[in-house]
Amino acid sequence: MENEKTLIRHVRMIDPAVKSDEVGDLLISEGKILGAGKLGLEEIPEGCLVIDGADLVACPGFIDLHCHLREPGFEYKETIAAGSKAGAKGGFTTLCAMPNTDPPIDNAAVVEFIHERTKQNATVRVLPIGCVTKGRKGHELAEMEELASAGVVAFSDDGDPVYDANLMRLALLYSLDLGLPISNHCQDRSISCNGVMAEGPVATHLGLDGIPAAAEEAMIARDIALAEATGGRLHVAHLSTTGSVPLIREAKSRGLRVTAEVCPHHLTITDQWALGRKGQPAEAAGYMAYDTSTKVYPPLRSQSDVDTLIDALADGVIDCVATDHAPHDLTSKQVTYEDAAFGISVLETALGSLLELVHTNKLGMGPLIDRLTVGPARILGGSYSDLASLQPGTAADVVLFDPEKEWTVDTSEFESKGKNTPLEGTNLRGRAMATFANGRIVYQNPDLKTSMN
Amino acid sequence: MSLSKTEEPLEMGTKLIQGALTRKHVLDLDDFSKDEILEVLESSRSMKEVLGRDIKKVPALRGKVVVTLFYEASTRTRISFEEAGKVLSADVINMSASGSSTEKGESLLNTGLTIQAMGVDTIVIRHPHSGAPHLLAQQLDKVSVINAGDGLHAHPTQALLDLYTVQDKLGSLEGKKVVIVGDILHSRVARSDIWGFAKMGAEVVLSGPSTLIPPDLSPSANGSARSHFASFVKVETDLDKAIEEADVVMALRLQHERQQAGFLPSLREYIRRWQVTASRLERAKPGNMVMHPGPMNEGIEISNDVAHGGNSVIEDQVANGVAVRMALLYKLTVGSG
Repeated sequence: MENEKTLIRHVRMIDPAVKSDEVGDLLISEGKILGAGKLGLEEIPEGCLVIDGADLVACPGFIDLHCHLREPGFEYKETIAAGSKAGAKGGFTTLCAMPNTDPPIDNAAVVEFIHERTKQNATVRVLPIGCVTKGRKGHELAEMEELASAGVVAFSDDGDPVYDANLMRLALLYSLDLGLPISNHCQDRSISCNGVMAEGPVATHLGLDGIPAAAEEAMIARDIALAEATGGRLHVAHLSTTGSVPLIREAKSRGLRVTAEVCPHHLTITDQWALGRKGQPAEAAGYMAYDTSTKVYPPLRSQSDVDTLIDALADGVIDCVATDHAPHDLTSKQVTYEDAAFGISVLETALGSLLELVHTNKLGMGPLIDRLTVGPARILGGSYSDLASLQPGTAADVVLFDPEKEWTVDTSEFESKGKNTPLEGTNLRGRAMATFANGRIVYQNPDLKTSMN
Repeated sequence: MSLSKTEEPLEMGTKLIQGALTRKHVLDLDDFSKDEILEVLESSRSMKEVLGRDIKKVPALRGKVVVTLFYEASTRTRISFEEAGKVLSADVINMSASGSSTEKGESLLNTGLTIQAMGVDTIVIRHPHSGAPHLLAQQLDKVSVINAGDGLHAHPTQALLDLYTVQDKLGSLEGKKVVIVGDILHSRVARSDIWGFAKMGAEVVLSGPSTLIPPDLSPSANGSARSHFASFVKVETDLDKAIEEADVVMALRLQHERQQAGFLPSLREYIRRWQVTASRLERAKPGNMVMHPGPMNEGIEISNDVAHGGNSVIEDQVANGVAVRMALLYKLTVGSG
């Protein structure tokens, strides 16, 4: 609380809420944005932390609709404390925590536990997502109204899709008057079977069971039909295939209440990375192959899938980027590829890897920031739009980042307990320099120079 | 490698030692060059000579310790490696998952670290998961790892013995037509054989039900969906067409579970369409060779008369397996100095 007032001077301010992009000064005070623009000296309060924002970008803090904070139940993989620090370091100020905890978030008591832990330990906002079904078992609906009243922001049986089509239909219907979306992890397991990576040349080479793209697309098609039949709000989690994009585009064009997210890794790296050479093509697999840090669901796919997803994000068919931050302990990954846990620790690399899309002119800076802020806020609905704005009077959830700062991913420096990333040792360009949540500075890069006015 | 002066020197030693291409592990044939394969085949020929002696023993690997670590049942590969090591005077210790600490839940990695800590030189591993040998190769810095079959991925020593067997009978492999029939999708033998035969300049044709051929090998796959395997194999589901003018026909083991899992309507229909039979072989080149990596389901993927007929080299494959594995054990020891 020591820095209640902060002034960021001469900074490139990108406010996706009003689509503005201009250089000026940003003044934060008492948890709110006080002013943005050219501030006169007389407007600068005394006792203010001053940051030189030259060459930096300031924008609303990122909102992650999909991450795994593992608490309660799997504190050896991640905690709300560590995950929120990781989020802050990555520029995220709002984290929506998936309910595949133990116990799962299927009743108000667990929601309250998370709120309590957040209050005690978290540096950023944590918003729980509740289960669709009791125990995430896919048999009976969870008490969705109780969950909604307790403060969940969406429903999902993440990791376990709602298999029973009728139950999914009923969930979409039942949640209509609660106003919250159902986020489904679309994976038809009768198609994906024992698959551990994308079906394709690399899977064939490595002799790993492939997951056909149709496993995702078949369930998305089903869910879209159910959304149409019910008028319900469907959010498609972590889209990964070329074929999923036209399904979403077409559903939107018909006015259905369907939204979609995509993960940073599905926008930047391919199944080639399973060969253990950081994506370098190689005829021979070599002994570094079977890099279990590349094992994730949905699986990393081909370059043409990556290209299609980038285009779909750019043109707005995909509403937002969500990390699917899935931290794991070392033991869960130091096994054979088949035995390894699915998931990548993403929060601290998301910005750096996504900025590659901007550096290579595949996506504009404005649209990227929009998909990390306004996009997810719109899906959360209600007053959450307040979090995705730099307008005076809105919440001071702000990230200040250096889009050019080069750094090397070193998981020993991660705040997250999950060191499981295929990006270990790679060079990224772009990094958060400071993150403010409710006006409080919750992360500051040691290279950031500040002074007191 | 040092040989005691009182021991009889290894007769075929010098040329190999000078010309050996060094390597630490044998995980698949994808990282072997044609020259390196030829080197192994030539060395295998010398080993074959040792196996033909009255006293099948040379001191080449005296003082070296080889552990065979088998997480799957095996007859020929296991015994073959053990014999190969023993003929070369290595101390060979066999370990199988059942009866070991694996049953107490010890991880593969910890088992590997334990074996390494005992000063073992080479681990020969068979494991139901693809990439298990790679995990050991990544995490253990003091041992050589030989893949004796991992999941669906690779079985490089099988492929080398197949290459040896064909070369032994037909001379060069260049331009020879090799037809591999059956469950390509789940076959580590097929994967390694494809690399091996293709690198040696043979023409590889795959035949079998479309459900058991990886989709990225299919002629309809293109662009990034097309496997680099696809650039050097052809797929012909009709076995009668595939087998035409073949020099080599290799039948793969068909696991009965595949039928239960829906890949096949029935064994009866599989037999009718893909069994290697005498009448089908009439379409192949005269003097063709019939191979099978074993263990066979006679009467399913291969008819009984063909399996034991004049064109069958199935037993030669087994015999050659010992020589090839001797050559590899020797090569790794030379390579690691």
